[in-house]
Amino acid sequence: MAFAAIFVPNFRLQAVVRCEPELAVRPIALIDGPPPTYQVVAVNRLAARLGVAEEMTKAAATQFPGVEIRPRGKLQETTAHAVLLDVAWSFSPRMEDTAPDTVLIDVDGLASLFGAHENIAASMVSKCAEMGLTAQVAIAANVETASVVARALPGATVIPEGREAKFLESLPVHMLSLSEELCEVFERWGVKTCKALASLPVISLSECVGQEGVRVHAIASGNGVRSLVIAEPAHCFEEFFELEDAVEDLEPLSFLLGRLLDQLCARLAARSLAVRAIHLHFTLQPSFESAFDSCSEAIRKKELSSDYVCAIELPVPCRDAKLLLKLVRLRLQSTPPHAPVQKIHMLAVPSFPRVTQGGLFVPEVPDPEKLELTIARIAHVVGEGNVGSPQLMDSHRPDSFRMHRFSVASAYAQPVDRDGKMETKIGFRAYRPPVLTKVNLRGGRPINVAFLGRSGEVVHASGPWRTSGDWWEEDPWQQDAWDVEVNFPYETPPSQGFYRICFDSRQKKWFVLGAYD
Amino acid sequence: MRPTSAALRLQVESALTGRVISPFRLREPEPTCTAPTGIPALDESTGGLPRGSLTEIYGPVSSGKTSILLSTLAGRTRNAEACALVDAQDAFDPNAAQTAGVHLEQVLWVRCRSLDQALRSTDLLLHGGGFGLIALDLADAPARVVRQIPLNVWFRLRRAVESTPTILLVLSQESNAKTCASLVLRLQKETAAWSLHSRNNAGRIFHTPSCLLEGWTSEAEIVRTRIQRATAHYIDIDRSSVSRQDAGKIVRFAVCADPRHENEPTLPVPSLARKKERKQNPG
Repeated sequence: MAFAAIFVPNFRLQAVVRCEPELAVRPIALIDGPPPTYQVVAVNRLAARLGVAEEMTKAAATQFPGVEIRPRGKLQETTAHAVLLDVAWSFSPRMEDTAPDTVLIDVDGLASLFGAHENIAASMVSKCAEMGLTAQVAIAANVETASVVARALPGATVIPEGREAKFLESLPVHMLSLSEELCEVFERWGVKTCKALASLPVISLSECVGQEGVRVHAIASGNGVRSLVIAEPAHCFEEFFELEDAVEDLEPLSFLLGRLLDQLCARLAARSLAVRAIHLHFTLQPSFESAFDSCSEAIRKKELSSDYVCAIELPVPCRDAKLLLKLVRLRLQSTPPHAPVQKIHMLAVPSFPRVTQGGLFVPEVPDPEKLELTIARIAHVVGEGNVGSPQLMDSHRPDSFRMHRFSVASAYAQPVDRDGKMETKIGFRAYRPPVLTKVNLRGGRPINVAFLGRSGEVVHASGPWRTSGDWWEEDPWQQDAWDVEVNFPYETPPSQGFYRICFDSRQKKWFVLGAYD
Repeated sequence: MRPTSAALRLQVESALTGRVISPFRLREPEPTCTAPTGIPALDESTGGLPRGSLTEIYGPVSSGKTSILLSTLAGRTRNAEACALVDAQDAFDPNAAQTAGVHLEQVLWVRCRSLDQALRSTDLLLHGGGFGLIALDLADAPARVVRQIPLNVWFRLRRAVESTPTILLVLSQESNAKTCASLVLRLQKETAAWSLHSRNNAGRIFHTPSCLLEGWTSEAEIVRTRIQRATAHYIDIDRSSVSRQDAGKIVRFAVCADPRHENEPTLPVPSLARKKERKQNPG
């Protein structure tokens, strides 16, 4: 058996730096606690070099010039922990969620995929680096040794079987995650290293400190026997970003969104998944006027929501961060948030990636990802509801249809074999909305029509064809339709055409519904 | 000493090595791949609509432009191709399209409110690629507005559709694309056929508007064609053996409202007004 432990040192700080990589080169200290007694809970190496230390008060930390004080990011920590789990699941489903900064993985049987243990450990380190985390990895024959060594030694460490005690002997005993009481006992005894602890007689230790002493003795000797507690794979892919200053312009906002999408896509790639939908939730900055303006008119106005929510559904699962960013940008351009953005929450709905194989004799169809982008761009030009596929509704009401999403999946239909002797049907061009017209009747039949500034005489008419419906609804309709052939002799040159006109019995008006063409 | 032509040729060829293959060889233009419109008379005369080219069909109201469009859309969607219709005036009627055999779920319909929207959408679709047919319907847009489209826009569209398997079909009232179009058809309505006189039973009512009008005959004049002759091994274009000499040729075809028996002749027009009782869509 072999187990790997992935440990992220200084986890709280790394969680923040992962979202804002530019902070990595600046001295930074994280503060937490009940106000006003904020205390420093994490510092990076640069800040520590300047003299900032943990448990320092905020007031003391601000005395150091150049040190950036940030609040602890609990949401970022949740996301970083999810990232760590994704990394673990990308290697093996047999993993344990030990702590926010530590995961344990059963690496038995991974040699055929990743090679030797050294390669596995190196892959884990590099995978964590891809996700924006600097990790320490150790592989050992038992869980405890791997966990302790991962916490103690930087980089990737592989402990050969049987040499666990050798690796542990120089490590201090507090690395074994002891209780405070046990720490005090060992301190009184002068036991400082694992080697010293391992050299104690087990029975005497048991008599003095109980079973806990036996457990830590076994760990210090490299003989831990604990088994993994397997964690269930989670399918929650979300990223948070809280801005110090609210962003109003799309350019800086899209920069941040691009970073979040990159992170999400990397996480999904690690799990061999793709995005089916993106849900965006912006917390907007409350406006200054609405907060203080209490005049009666302002109160009567409907308050705008302080949140902005939008969802982008993809017809085919995709993992291209650039494409997703373009889609998000187009959506934000068409429906921008009404106030500066203070906080970003992005959720990706995962799905299995699209697996298709093109056929030699299947006609070319648009690339789904490219098509989605094209449709989004066109929707930005013509409006969201004006692009798609028409779908007829189950109604006799004239011009009843609805638009639904055009999907390239429908274009994968197999060609229909027909003999090509389909006859040419009359085409009809609809006027939307129907054009109001003036009609003269003789003997109940139209003889003259005038619409759109044109006047013509009806040379042939067929009708009336009465249709009605929806009388049980609030919006019933009833019309007498005529097909007319109209001559326009007063135009130069004289023209003629076939039109469909109707008399709306409810409005008592004549309309031109369209032209046959 | 003056260099000989052979030496000059060698010098030019060596200078262009790796950039131009056989610079002195006359390259025969490749035969145009076409797709049928679904109207046999028109397909025999024009060879079909050329792919990778701009085709313009123009004519007044009720000349049959939309009928050709629907027939072509029906053929392309039956062939499982994705089609796009850029509708400048929102005039597309899905009911009529489905009656004509168009698979609506394979048609991307862009409902525009202005000419600018239509041209931008067409450009985006052409650059997106993958469509078998992109139709730009400007037939209801005022002719004076369409006339103001700069020629460079048509050149841009032609350039975008080149080297693609897409048919770019433009419907309008007047010819606007000029030399950018590889095939230009001018349509005109001829005689019409009404079913009213055959309606012996006054009590019968037909709900479908197409049942009222039997049809009419349209005249299509090939104003311009640049479709190259094809060799016999091109299966899809074996009927496209037409050349510039076909310009000026006039084709007549009929559009009708009701399904007709296959044995029934398309022309002459009086045959359209058949005495047979119609059974589809009874009231």
